[in-house]
Amino acid sequence: MHGLINHSFQSFMRDSYGERAWLEVAARAGITPPSFEAMLSYDDAITPAVLNAMALVLRRSSDEVMEDIGTYLVTHPNTEAVRRLLRFGGMNFEDFLYSLDDLPDRARMAVSDLRLPAIELHSHEAGRYSLICESPIAGFGHLMMGVLRVMADDYGTLAVLDLEQSETGRETVQIQLIETDYSNGRVFDLGARAS
Amino acid sequence: MTYAFSPTVLDVLCPMHLTLDAGGVITHVGPTTQKLRPDLTLVGREFLETFQVMRPRGITTLDQLWETRHIKLHLEMKGNPPARLKGILVTDSTGAAIVNLSFGISILDGVRDYALTNADFAATDLAIEMLYLVEAKSAAMEASRKLNLRLQGAKIAAEEQAFTDTLTGLKNRRELDQVLERLLAANVRFAVMHIDLDYFKAVNDSLGHAAGDHVLRVVAKAMIEETRATDTVARVGGDEFTVILPEVGEIDVLERIGRRIIDRIKVPIPFNGHQCEISASIGTVWIQNSKSATRETVMEDADIALYASKNEGRARQTFYSPELRKTANNAAPIKGRGGIKSQA
Repeated sequence: MHGLINHSFQSFMRDSYGERAWLEVAARAGITPPSFEAMLSYDDAITPAVLNAMALVLRRSSDEVMEDIGTYLVTHPNTEAVRRLLRFGGMNFEDFLYSLDDLPDRARMAVSDLRLPAIELHSHEAGRYSLICESPIAGFGHLMMGVLRVMADDYGTLAVLDLEQSETGRETVQIQLIETDYSNGRVFDLGARAS
Repeated sequence: MTYAFSPTVLDVLCPMHLTLDAGGVITHVGPTTQKLRPDLTLVGREFLETFQVMRPRGITTLDQLWETRHIKLHLEMKGNPPARLKGILVTDSTGAAIVNLSFGISILDGVRDYALTNADFAATDLAIEMLYLVEAKSAAMEASRKLNLRLQGAKIAAEEQAFTDTLTGLKNRRELDQVLERLLAANVRFAVMHIDLDYFKAVNDSLGHAAGDHVLRVVAKAMIEETRATDTVARVGGDEFTVILPEVGEIDVLERIGRRIIDRIKVPIPFNGHQCEISASIGTVWIQNSKSATRETVMEDADIALYASKNEGRARQTFYSPELRKTANNAAPIKGRGGIKSQA
């Protein structure tokens, strides 16, 4: 798994629960030294081990933890770059949803060896969409739920999200747009310099 | 074949354009062009008064401007802030013209200076993708740069912690200290030889550092060969070496090893047509009961013995005894001859 993904899990723990909580997770997952480099690659088995350890330490289900990570990625100042890069996807929430189809390709353009889980958007009538997530990490759909909830707010859109899990482990986020001009949302300044 | 499109079509296809009549007067501006000068009424102004053509050079008249059809133009929009733009001009049968504009490579400054959004670019324009890439690549580069800095720091730390002298492959002072501490703690018999090369500075000064390095490597090899496998040979300074010899039962062993080292190092070392002649002075401490000794006292005793060897004419080994301390205090500085002979 790419270090960026493992490193974002680590940042989530540190920024949300402190260094000690992360060190406990790292110890339980057997990560030595207890730190991930964003620009290196790690064994695929490490990521689920870290997720399990986070669930244990936080006493929550790993699905809940994944959703929190999704929320963290697009709200915390330390990961502002993620939100900004996602906002390049479109001018409104629907544009943004369609841009998710390109997300793995966009990610690969930025970091050539970064392989994001495949996601596929299907649109249905009356503002209904489903986002199908095929991921080697269980709970990726939950992570996307966290991301989508925040991004809907960001675009000032009111949407209801729901997660369906098939028997084969495929996770599908069901999205129902209620109102696209619900609030003003957050400003996205194209020309702002990322800090 | 003619197409009849309203100006709004151009506004969608190329929002940063303007149209001119045959007299070079602006008749319409696209919505993004207007954003460059929000407070200015551009329609009705002359193109050449609003823009300066930077390339091709010397375009000042309408006829010259018309001649630039289908050529890439470098333009500067007058006023504040000056906007550097790329452009292309086409004319129709009536003599009217369309000029389409773009920021080119200054797109980053453009979106910032004029607070442009996705809506200000045509849907087919790659400007947004370009901005995305610049931002994504900058973030990735920054992450890589930080990784490189950390790796660099780790490399320096690893080098500092290493136990080997990189030039000679001998042990370094860190390793030497550890071996010494171990032997002192174990309270066993052992010996320490402090070896200093004579005339080494003369080699370095006259033949250069490459010669000096070569000599050090030859000397290091000799010391390894003339000591036992259980001994630790370390380079502890420029031309200073220390050998730790564990389990020395008789002083004869030390005398023999010291003699062999001195004899080997006396052999001239050829380098680029020169013979580097050096020798070795040795100060040796034989510790038979290390109860009161510390690393510092052992090294100091070896130093005093070495000083005595130097003082008595070099190329010899002196064993430490407490009496040496007195003579060491009032000995004269050592003078000597240089160590280079040309093979001419």
